[in-house]
Amino acid sequence: MASSKTITVEVDDVRYTDDVEPRLLLVQYLRERLGKTGTLVGCDTTNCGACTVHLDGVSVKSCTMLAVQADGHKVTTIEGMAQDGKLAPLQEAFHQCHALQCGFCTPGMIMQSASLLKENPHPTEAEIRDGLEGNLCRCTGYQNIVAAVKSVADGTVYDDSGVSTTAGETETAGVS
Amino acid sequence: MIPSAFDYAAPATVEEALGLLAAADAAGDDVKVLAGGQSLLPVMKLRMADPSMVVDLGRIAGLNGVTDSGDSLLIGAMTPHHVVATDPLIAQHVPLLAQAAATVADPQVRHRGTFGGALVHADPAGDLPAPVLAAGATFLISGPGGQRSVDAADFFQGYFTTAVEEGEILTGIRVPKYTGWGSHYEKFTRVAQQWSIVAVAALVRVEAGTITEARIGLTNMASTPLRAAAVEAALAGGPATADAIAAAAAHAAEGTDPASDLNGDAAYRAHLAQVLTKRAVLAAVGLQAGA
Repeated sequence: MASSKTITVEVDDVRYTDDVEPRLLLVQYLRERLGKTGTLVGCDTTNCGACTVHLDGVSVKSCTMLAVQADGHKVTTIEGMAQDGKLAPLQEAFHQCHALQCGFCTPGMIMQSASLLKENPHPTEAEIRDGLEGNLCRCTGYQNIVAAVKSVADGTVYDDSGVSTTAGETETAGVS
Repeated sequence: MIPSAFDYAAPATVEEALGLLAAADAAGDDVKVLAGGQSLLPVMKLRMADPSMVVDLGRIAGLNGVTDSGDSLLIGAMTPHHVVATDPLIAQHVPLLAQAAATVADPQVRHRGTFGGALVHADPAGDLPAPVLAAGATFLISGPGGQRSVDAADFFQGYFTTAVEEGEILTGIRVPKYTGWGSHYEKFTRVAQQWSIVAVAALVRVEAGTITEARIGLTNMASTPLRAAAVEAALAGGPATADAIAAAAAHAAEGTDPASDLNGDAAYRAHLAQVLTKRAVLAAVGLQAGA
């Protein structure tokens, strides 16, 4: 019987120490042990990219990595992208550009887009499409996904978080 | 999909790894060496491989990176594709490798998958064997009897089979510098993220309008990567012109033994080899923008 291993992983800025079977995949560890179900399993064969997370800041497919390989490393999932209750620029851009239909590919698309923009802050449209080569959208919504990434690269994301709050308060005040 | 259960070890040195391989072999374990895992883990998940022991090289220091050693570069076996594709030394001295590495799979796989792992895996459709063969690289292998080196011409032995024996580990690849040569990797696929249906790696040296030397590697035209020797001979000493290159490229399928599969039959691949060789050499000498 294969013996378990103790791993310590920092996931979304929190350190976890767990005993895991060597065969446990990173995506299973994230979803089933840590409850981070924002990271999705699509194809489970390294093709679709739905399970994309960052390992020490670069994108990897968490269905094609063992949890034991992440021991001592830092993992960021889609659940760690928003900071202080504020969406990350890419999340905001996907929202504004309507860069999703069913939403299943979205966490992976955003994590890969973030990695792409870190390596190439000002990609051309062709470079964005190449950079998202490992992420499949079965709603065929690529056009708006590319537009969302481009808008972040161009700095044209409209930050409406303050506006929403103000509007909400006004509405609430009006009702009560 | 979940792999079969296995024991796992992540040694800190090559010596420790070799000891684990020897011990596993003595105990009758079916042992696999894990590099980046981008091919091994998928086949383990499909249970096409179910090793009882996995030795992970990911925690061995010194196997990752590119170093300048005079007339050659030493590429650590655990260097990720992404690093090969973006390393300044490779860009300067063997840009062919950077270009080929940038076509492997997709960005996430290139972050994790390794240069040495892909070469030992030796998929006939893989994009690194043909450029490495064309470049005349040397493989550095460590085993119970010490270190040995194997020329690229002797390294690839058949489908998924290389000169690395049971109990041995590939630690690095030494690649001669081709500073100033023209080069191009021309890959043919039909959809994103696909393995090469056929691809051609070209290294060409041009002096005063004459091709003085050409080294051409073919991807997926046999169970191993091949040198297109007839093309190389036809190009050498001839003019770097479109007509001469087209005439030489017509020899590209000579001596090949391509497979027939759902992506194309052998005759289709033989045709592709000629077309892609022409494109690769034209791009290498600067006469045509490659794909």
